Amino acid sequence: MPMGTPTSDGTPKNTGYYVWVGVFFFIVIGVAYSLYYATLKIDYVWRWYRIPQYFLFKEQVEVRAQIQGTVHRITMKEDLVLVEVKEGDIKETYPVPAKALRVREGDFIYPGDVLGAYPRWRVGILMEGLWLTLKVSLIAIIFGVIIGLFGGLARISKNPAFKWLAITYIELIRGSPLLVQIFIWYFVLGTLINTILARHGLIQIPPLWFGVAALACFAGAYVAEIVRAGIQSIHRGQTEASRSLGMTSAQSMLHVILPQALRRILPPLAGQFISLIKDSSLLGIIAIRELTKATREVVTTSLQPFELWFLCALLYLFLTFTLSMFLQYLERRQLIT
Amino acid sequence: MIDVRNFHKTFLSPHAVRALVDVTVKIEQGEVVVVIGPSGSGKSTFLRCLNHLEAADSGHILIDGIDILNPKTDINKVRAEVGMVFQSFNLFPHKTVLENVTLAQVVVRKRSKEQAFEKAMMLLKKVGIGEKANGYPDQLSGGQQQRVAIARALAMDPKIMLFDEPTSALDPEMIGEVLDVMKTLAREGMTMVVVTHEMGFAREVADRVLFMDEGAIVEEGTPEHFFKNPEHERTRLFLSQIL
Repeated sequence: MPMGTPTSDGTPKNTGYYVWVGVFFFIVIGVAYSLYYATLKIDYVWRWYRIPQYFLFKEQVEVRAQIQGTVHRITMKEDLVLVEVKEGDIKETYPVPAKALRVREGDFIYPGDVLGAYPRWRVGILMEGLWLTLKVSLIAIIFGVIIGLFGGLARISKNPAFKWLAITYIELIRGSPLLVQIFIWYFVLGTLINTILARHGLIQIPPLWFGVAALACFAGAYVAEIVRAGIQSIHRGQTEASRSLGMTSAQSMLHVILPQALRRILPPLAGQFISLIKDSSLLGIIAIRELTKATREVVTTSLQPFELWFLCALLYLFLTFTLSMFLQYLERRQLIT
Repeated sequence: MIDVRNFHKTFLSPHAVRALVDVTVKIEQGEVVVVIGPSGSGKSTFLRCLNHLEAADSGHILIDGIDILNPKTDINKVRAEVGMVFQSFNLFPHKTVLENVTLAQVVVRKRSKEQAFEKAMMLLKKVGIGEKANGYPDQLSGGQQQRVAIARALAMDPKIMLFDEPTSALDPEMIGEVLDVMKTLAREGMTMVVVTHEMGFAREVADRVLFMDEGAIVEEGTPEHFFKNPEHERTRLFLSQIL
């Protein structure tokens, strides 16, 4: 096709274009195949069929007798049956689903005998890990945005206390490794706070929340810089126009500057949120069983690193891609005002 | 209404510039004062100082008897009484035309949404943009945007209107529509200070013309006097260059 067909951006496609599309697919498929071929050479056995159980699996639940005796009576109660085991004065009742019942009235039972057995669907460890990663990331994003919003406003404040506090916070957080920050939150601040709480007889804060705090503070510093840049990118005339109408600087910020700035900073914020989801994989080191730690545990027991680590990467991609699509949707629809 | 006494203003960055030097002027209620002068003469700075968008080095500015340079003055209260129209319109791009005109009424004047809406529609009709009320500023032409900006300022029921080169950013065919709105305002008795290069407007509407150069008011008088027989050499030179 020498004339070429027009594309969405209006430039005509020539034959060379399709050659390079071919090159792209050749390279992608080539790399994937080489990898597969290499695994054949080292006798790696792919067992994808064993993966679904880590998401959802059927568990056999058995109801066992605790005492010895005869099955004295079986009574119906909705779709459950109550099995009454009795010997002399000792009597115990076990609820069993009607379909799972395995004993009859008059049967003699030893301790540990199965009275009924039935299968039940359970959520697997990878699913739990995925859910925890999602939960931790979302909470951290929400707090990160709140911290970042106030951090950014403080950063451009004329008040030296606010301004210098914001600069100190941003530079400290951005300048030190997240891993170290997580250690500090958990082993230093966590120990201090939980010890003090214990002294006063209060409940302990679980590690999850120190992890969330570390992530939120980390993201907050970056969000603060993004917010600052967003606010400063709004033309000075907007402030002047709103102030000349008699608005206070807070009113001007709230009604005129921030709505415009937030719209403008959505793309860099999306990047920051995606980073944060991936950074949550570090939380495994303080015994939070998020997706990466869950995968590591499954790899240890199942010895299937190839399938599991690919899957883990895909699951992160699923989370980040969904988030990125959602933010692009917001940007297009301009739902944030 | 406006009383400026021995006003000095220096810009420090990027390098020290004496923007206003010993400006003293009195503007009465209902007066239309047009400020002209070469670029860099300090006329825009003078106007912005009247709204305290620029701070002062020394001197006094009394708006309706209130010293706006006194740190104890609630400047927001004074600004609500002084409308300002900018060269680059500065409409709020994320709000509709109607919201542009109602926002400050609700936030600053604490009017109800209905009151603000009525006032806004009345003013938008007055400036000839009633049917575009639900559009966004970027859907309007420059002239229409500037008329919305005037309606936005008028919605606060200001006692004084300041115009900072309101037609300088407009295509020539749109200048007339904005000037017409300003002429109507002048006829209705609004106190106006207008920085402009539109000599026709000055001649026709102004009660008084101020000529500024190098931060000082060089000459002032009626348009009649000003355009026919200017006294000052610099005024004559300026007029010969632009007319």
